[in-house]
Amino acid sequence: MRQSPIVEIDRISFGYDAARPVLRGVSVSIPRGSVVGIMGQSGCGKTTLLRIIAAAYLPTAGRATVLGRPTSELDRDGLYAMRRKMGMLFQFGALFTDLSVYENVAFPLREHARLPDELLRDLVMLKLQAVGLRGAAELMPTELSGGMARRVALARSIALDPQLILYDEPFTGLDPISFGVIVRLIRSLNDSLGATSVIVTHDVQEALGVVDYVYFMAAGRVIAQGRPEEVRKSDEPFVNQFVNGRPDGPVPFHYPAPEYGADLELAAA
Amino acid sequence: MNRATVDLWVGIFVAAGLVALLFLALKVGNLASFSSAQTYHVDAKFANIGGLKIRAPIKSAGVVVGRVSDIRFDNESYDAIVTMTLESAYQFPRDTTAKILTSGLLGEQYIGLEAGGDGVMLKSGDRLRLTQSAVVLENLISQFLFNKAAEGKDAPKEPAKEPAK
Amino acid sequence: MSLPAVAALRSRLEALGSTVTSAIWRLGFASRFLGYLVLHSGTALRRFQLTMTEIYFAGVLSLIIILVSGLFVGMVLALQGYQTLQRYGASESLGVLVALSLVRELGPVVAGLLFASRAGSAITAEIGLMKATEQISAMEMMAVDPIARVVAPRFWGGVISMPLLAALFSGMGVFGGYLIGVQLIGVDAGAFWSQMQAAVDVREDIMNGVIKSVVFGIAVTWIAVFEGYDAVPTAEGVSRATTRTVVTSSLAILALDFILTALMFTGGNAR
Repeated sequence: MRQSPIVEIDRISFGYDAARPVLRGVSVSIPRGSVVGIMGQSGCGKTTLLRIIAAAYLPTAGRATVLGRPTSELDRDGLYAMRRKMGMLFQFGALFTDLSVYENVAFPLREHARLPDELLRDLVMLKLQAVGLRGAAELMPTELSGGMARRVALARSIALDPQLILYDEPFTGLDPISFGVIVRLIRSLNDSLGATSVIVTHDVQEALGVVDYVYFMAAGRVIAQGRPEEVRKSDEPFVNQFVNGRPDGPVPFHYPAPEYGADLELAAA
Repeated sequence: MNRATVDLWVGIFVAAGLVALLFLALKVGNLASFSSAQTYHVDAKFANIGGLKIRAPIKSAGVVVGRVSDIRFDNESYDAIVTMTLESAYQFPRDTTAKILTSGLLGEQYIGLEAGGDGVMLKSGDRLRLTQSAVVLENLISQFLFNKAAEGKDAPKEPAKEPAK
Repeated sequence: MSLPAVAALRSRLEALGSTVTSAIWRLGFASRFLGYLVLHSGTALRRFQLTMTEIYFAGVLSLIIILVSGLFVGMVLALQGYQTLQRYGASESLGVLVALSLVRELGPVVAGLLFASRAGSAITAEIGLMKATEQISAMEMMAVDPIARVVAPRFWGGVISMPLLAALFSGMGVFGGYLIGVQLIGVDAGAFWSQMQAAVDVREDIMNGVIKSVVFGIAVTWIAVFEGYDAVPTAEGVSRATTRTVVTSSLAILALDFILTALMFTGGNAR
């Protein structure tokens, strides 16, 4: 029996202000248990799409159904109940700077469950062990490197064993080793938790190695989708340019500008 | 920084703040002197209260024995009715006189009580019969001028100096 | 008037109008924010440890500046007051001058201004920075109401701290006045204290001073948390919000002081 997709985005449109739409008629479907990537240029709307999945914004047209419920029908309690089953990893971690690593991971547990201290400690240590940072429990976020901070944030986002994990540009600014660590963790955590993951990124090669399915976006629309092998061999010009990192193609190298000769003030002969 | 340190310092802070408030109330203000005492109320009518205000002191022999608690206007007799709150420790006879006096030359006005000789003491709610109103400066000046003019009339007439023509 | 001049004048009037309307709109928004904040203060009061931490950051860390400033203000009052009082032979009223000035006005107002610049700006910067580094969004994603968890404890911490700080300021000031007046200048200690006690009324002066400091505490902390929460989430936005907190709080304190003084200290006393 086919389970319904955990996220069903049906022809949604959205804009932060009415004059400039950021998303136009986007449809995305995320099957349970999979790791799905959403890729594209900066400003194509992928982070906005992620925010709509997280129900931080409501689409102005179309429907977003997450964890079985349309986001437009949620009241505040319903929204918070839904978010307890989700985890989100922010671009630079967004750790609470006044709390230690241990307290950061313990935060969602303290807020949503009344656990005895020993049980809480075991759970926090479990999560930290999964990301390999059990030894760093007493450090403060300012004492962590970028990669370590990202891993602690990852441990915090899975503290409540979520069904859906959202990643907002998780690989930004990481060194190759931390990069590889996060990539492996995304896959291993997804499978061991039996969860579904959505990754927004533009790190194509590494992401294609870990996702089951990928959506390509440009200018607020989905222009290509498929499994990694299909995408790598695609001859759609934008996908081709994006996947192979070509400087010129459907996304032009030159920003629109007047005639070059006029700018250099060369008189017409 | 751990919980114990924070708790300790917050405790010290709140305690210090409350001590400061107590210091202000007791050492700087007049809380200690009056409010805890037992009191009783007595009325008095005055033709003119001058600048008397509520909370003005009531003194007898120069010692503060109470405070003015209320000032009203009697629409039938067109007098002022002053309610005085006196400390129960000080009992006054029924024929005590209440005068409105000024502390210093131009100072605040207060009520001075002069005890009479009656054997029966005042009870709460009684009214003082004998009162003397405040001295109003304008009346004093006009009275002075009037007296001076009257003096000039009674004295033997002196030939008035004719102004030079 | 020529057409360009009319257009220029009109655009300036429009700009002025929109500034006023946007200020009023912002005030309404801030009021709704305050209402929401107070209604969702359950967490801050149930988990009082959160509020205690904020009392530490707002109150305890302001102690040094409050105590030192109070001491100096009291000492200066005594010095300046003595110069003038002595000319009228009223130097024994020095205690009255120092105590009434502090308890009625300088205690709440100066402590309020110092609190706004030290604690108020810190609160704004903290909340603004949390917003800029997405910590607030992260909390919302974890289904924790950031206003209840982050903003409310800071609000109540400030409101509780302010009256205590004002009392400490006034107390230190009276002590400073005593040091200079009695110990240094030589005013009679007995006259100093007894005249002060006769002139300072607990209900009229001290209670009104406390009421003032409570009102100032609410105003300053409200402005501080609102500006922090409403800040543009960039470094520049946070710094502008912090400046706005200090400026708006200071103006609010002085304006409220005028209103409260007019209500409390004139007209109510005499009949």
